[in-house]
Amino acid sequence: MRITQGCFSFLPDLTDTQIAAQVNYCLEQGWAVSLEFTDDPHPRNTYWNMWGLPMFDLRAPAGVMGELKACREANPETYIRINAFDSTKGWETVRMSFIVQRPTAEPGFRLVRQENRGRSLHYTMESYAVGRSPEGARYAP
Amino acid sequence: MGAADTPQQILDPKKRYQAGVLKYAQMGYWDADYEPKDTDVLAVFRITPQEGVDPIEAAAAVAGESSTATWTVVWTDRLTACDKYRAKAYRIDPVPGQEGQYFCWVAYDLDLFEEGSIANLTASIIGNVFSFKPLKAARLEDMRLPVAYVKTFRGPPTGIVVERERLEKYGRPLLGATMKPKLGLSGKNYGRVVYEALRGGLDFTKDDENINSQPFMHWRDRFLYCMEGVNQAAAQTGESKGHYLNITAGTMEEMYKRAEFARDLGSCIVMIDLVIGWTAIQSISNWCRDNDMILHMHRAGHGTYTRQKNHGVSFRVIAKWLRLAGVDHLHAGTAVGKLEGDPMTVQGFYNVCRDMVTKQDLTRGVFFDQDWASIKRVMPVASGGIHAGQMHQLLGLFGDEVVLQFGGGTIGHPMGIQAGATANRVALEAMVLARNEGRDIANEGPQILADAAKWCQPLRAALDTWGDITFNYTSTDTSDFVPTASIA
Repeated sequence: MRITQGCFSFLPDLTDTQIAAQVNYCLEQGWAVSLEFTDDPHPRNTYWNMWGLPMFDLRAPAGVMGELKACREANPETYIRINAFDSTKGWETVRMSFIVQRPTAEPGFRLVRQENRGRSLHYTMESYAVGRSPEGARYAP
Repeated sequence: MGAADTPQQILDPKKRYQAGVLKYAQMGYWDADYEPKDTDVLAVFRITPQEGVDPIEAAAAVAGESSTATWTVVWTDRLTACDKYRAKAYRIDPVPGQEGQYFCWVAYDLDLFEEGSIANLTASIIGNVFSFKPLKAARLEDMRLPVAYVKTFRGPPTGIVVERERLEKYGRPLLGATMKPKLGLSGKNYGRVVYEALRGGLDFTKDDENINSQPFMHWRDRFLYCMEGVNQAAAQTGESKGHYLNITAGTMEEMYKRAEFARDLGSCIVMIDLVIGWTAIQSISNWCRDNDMILHMHRAGHGTYTRQKNHGVSFRVIAKWLRLAGVDHLHAGTAVGKLEGDPMTVQGFYNVCRDMVTKQDLTRGVFFDQDWASIKRVMPVASGGIHAGQMHQLLGLFGDEVVLQFGGGTIGHPMGIQAGATANRVALEAMVLARNEGRDIANEGPQILADAAKWCQPLRAALDTWGDITFNYTSTDTSDFVPTASIA
C-alpha cells in the first residue's frame, strides 16, 4: 500500500528539485520549514520526531535541502515529512505538509473490529510494522 | 439624498406624543446626522418603496418596524429611554442602475439585542419589516456586528485551524463528495459508495440534505455502514477520513440521539441542515464543542430568500449569522458549478467565513468592515456540479481553505467511484504543486491537467467525460458596483 498522508501523496514521489521549489514557496509565504521523521505513521500519531527546530529566518531552500539530506542519511527506511509553520495571528499552525521519504515497503494498517452492543463496532487501526518490531527496526529491509 | 419636503423629527414632546398617526421620520426613526457608535449593530437594506412613497420615509419605516415602532403614536414610549431604543436610518443612496431601489443604512443600539441569540437578532432585523405594505420589496444586504456583540457568541466549535490539526491535512483544499442517488439506497449499498469514494482519495463523503431516516434506509443502518466504509478506507490509506452524518431530525431530542450515536461510532463530523432553525443550530453547536465534533452546515432552503436581489436576505448575512451561531463547514457556492453564484459575490461569502477582519469590498458585495474578534474561521464548502476539469478555476477562486465537493464528478466516473475520487485528488495535487512552483494556473491549468492525465488514466477519463461541461448562465445575485460577467 501507499500511505496517502501529506498534500502530494497522489503524485509520483517528488524529485529534490521539486521539493526545493515547494520549500521556496513556503519561504515566500513567510513560513518556517521543519523536518520530522517517524516509523509509526498512524494518522493519529501527531508527534513525529523533530529533526532539529523549525528553521526560522531561513532565506533560501538550500538550507532545508542540506538538512533533508542529513536526515535521510541518519534515518533511512523511515517516513520523513516537510512541514511549513505559519506564525501569523489566527493561523499559528502548520500550513503545508508533505512526505519526502518513505520506506521501501509499506505494509500499512490492520483494521480491528470489536463487536459492541447491537450492531455497533469499535474500530481501531494497528500498524503492521509497529506491531512486529520496536522503534528503529520497523522498516529494516 | 433628502428631499426638501421629507418630514423632520418632531422634537416638541407635546406634539410628538399626541395620540394619532405620524410619519416614521417625524417619530425619530430618520436621523441624517446620526454618527453610528462602535457598539451599534448596523444594517444596510435594499428597499423598493411603493409608488409615491418618499424613500427617506420608507427608510425610517424600516428602522421603526425593525425596532420599537408601531403604526401609531403610543404614550408608553415615554416610560422608556425611547431615543436610545429607536433604530435610526441615517443614510440612503439610490442603487446604481436600479431605478426605484435604494440602499438604506440603519443603526441599532446594542441593548436592543439579547446576547448570544441569533433568534433574537433575526426576530428584530427581519421580523416584521419584510411584509411592510409601503415597501414593494426589501432585502437585507449586509450587517456590521460590533465586537461587543460578536463576543457574546461562541462561534464555530472547531474552526479551520483545529479541523486541519485533527485531520493532519494541510496545504491543499480538502476533497469531498455527496452520496448519490440522493434517495433510495439501502444502508449497505450507501456505505459502499462512501467506502469507494474515500478509498479512491477523498477526505470526506457526505449525506445529502434530505437523507434523514426514510423507509428505504433507517438512520442507524446508515450510520453503521458509513462508519464501516470510513474506517476501512482509513486503514487502507493510512489517512484520516470522515463522513458527514446528517443528524437533522424532527426534534432536538432525536437530533441529540443521532449525534450521540455518531460520536459513539467514532465519527469525527456530523451534519445539519439550515432548515432546522437558529436555536437548534446553536444548541447542536454547543453539543459539538462538548464532544470534539466538527459541525457541517448544509444551507438547505437558503435559495428561497437569498437569490433574488430585490427581496430577502443576502447569503453574506446568513454566513455572518452562521459564523456567530457556530458552524465549522458552510456551503458557500462554487461560482463555476450548477448552482447560482457570481464569482465575485461568492468570494465575498468566502471572505466572510474565513477572514479575521473582513474589509469593506463593494465589488464583492461587502458593505462594512467586520472585526471577527478572534472567533474561529468557518471552512467554506464548494459543492454542486463541479468536476476535475475545473480544478485550476476552483483553486484560483477559492485558495486552499475550502472543501471541494465533487458528487456526480466522483460517482459518475466511467471507470468507477474509486477512479473518480483518484482523478479529483490527482488533479488537485497536480494543480497545487504547479501553483506553488509559480506557474500561472489560470492559463496553464488545462495543460497541467492534461500532463497529469498522461500518467493517471482515471484523470484522463474524467477530462474526456466532463472536460467541456460548463454551467454558463447569468447570475442573479451580483454586485451593483461593478459590471459582472459569468465564468466562461
